[in-house]
Amino acid sequence: MVNERQKLNRQLAQMLKGGVIMDVTTPEQARIAEEAGACAVMALERIPADIRAAGGVSRMSDPKMIRGIQDAVSIPVMAKCRIGHIAEAQILQAIEIDYIDESEVLSPADNIYHIDKTRFDVPFVCGAKNLGEALRRIAEGATMIRTKGEPGTGDVVQAVSHMRMMQSEIRRLVGMSEDELYEAAKQLQAPYDLVRYVHENGKLPVVNFAAGGVATPADAALMMQLGAEGVFVGSGIFKSGNPQKRAAAIVQAVTNYQDAKLLAELSEDLGEAMVGINEQEIELLMAERGK
Amino acid sequence: MKVAVLALQGAFIEHEQMLKRLGVESFEVRKLSDWQKPKDGLILPGGESTVQMRLMASLQLFDPIRQAINEGLPVFGTCAGMILLSEGRLGTMDVRVRRNAYGRQLGSFHAYGQVEGIGDDVPMTFIRAPYIDEVLSPRCRPLAVLDHHIVAAQQGRQLATSFHPELDCDLRLHQYFVQMLAS
Repeated sequence: MVNERQKLNRQLAQMLKGGVIMDVTTPEQARIAEEAGACAVMALERIPADIRAAGGVSRMSDPKMIRGIQDAVSIPVMAKCRIGHIAEAQILQAIEIDYIDESEVLSPADNIYHIDKTRFDVPFVCGAKNLGEALRRIAEGATMIRTKGEPGTGDVVQAVSHMRMMQSEIRRLVGMSEDELYEAAKQLQAPYDLVRYVHENGKLPVVNFAAGGVATPADAALMMQLGAEGVFVGSGIFKSGNPQKRAAAIVQAVTNYQDAKLLAELSEDLGEAMVGINEQEIELLMAERGK
Repeated sequence: MKVAVLALQGAFIEHEQMLKRLGVESFEVRKLSDWQKPKDGLILPGGESTVQMRLMASLQLFDPIRQAINEGLPVFGTCAGMILLSEGRLGTMDVRVRRNAYGRQLGSFHAYGQVEGIGDDVPMTFIRAPYIDEVLSPRCRPLAVLDHHIVAAQQGRQLATSFHPELDCDLRLHQYFVQMLAS
């Protein structure tokens, strides 16, 4: 079922656990992120907050820009392609990206089909709002899952509801009797074997990170307490007053997410957080892209 | 017997599960107060070595860990853990390590190889793995060579592998480490 390459790709995600993956747009930002303790960086031309502000069609980044970031750091480098854009994914594989994010942050290229990720050697992470979406992406070959959240808002509410939804659906499956799993698979619109895996193991078969709207050390700690295995921080760092300090504080907050005293220290004097917009104020819900 | 597992970032839970299968107790080290608990050994897990180095420093764990290893605390480092033990980092093991020696994720691979004292069919999972470029003193003994590169070594009570025994179902290397604790 899972081939050797997918197994290795799931295992790379295991190595990223307990870490923070940061959005960066330049080699300079990538170095700041690595120095602050990022376990990987996401190379993109515009961070989600700016994608929102600019509007229009948002595409894969210039490979030259991505290569500049690959040369600047020694940690894994990820990059985004549009949902369903097979050719963008092939290009990213050709430049030996460490992980592709088939991402709802960019404009979808296909309104029906996601990429068949089992055909690639390079790993993919995909967003999900609930367990059904997560299992469909895993069936397509995703080797890492993240919540969608609502990117570029600095508002953590959607990441929280997506993570809570996934965790509660997982708990529901665990409590079911075996003969109920067939119906559960039907309702979740997910393959039976993956539903059964969750029933038996109480977790996804791949690593699950939080993403979308995380802006503070407290946000990161919250997501970890809700069951995230690590955190993506997009606009939250380089849209803030003191990116270095905030980035390092979020890294520490993810490691010691249960130590409120340390979290209090980490939250001091971070300068201005990204301004943020809340869900009611935005016209485009990226999380509704690609189900 | 109780083993401390450095739990700053990476695949530490996988090591805890291996120890559990061997009937050995473990606890996670996320800060100085965790480190101060009594322990018979230490595991440095896989993950990103730059992140682990940074967190060890900011959480004031770097010096105490180095001191304990130098005083003879048995330690087992896998992948990033091997990098931490090497020259220029904790520096307790006399090895020079090349990071990302097999390139990016497309260079990650699985193999079977010989490890001295363990067997000739040891599963080896390499994830953006390092290897040992150079052994710097005769105190350090290579235990495994794969395609002309040293991928496992031992120096006294320090054990290091480029690969991840915690990701395969083979308990032998952890068993070997546990025996080291007992001796």
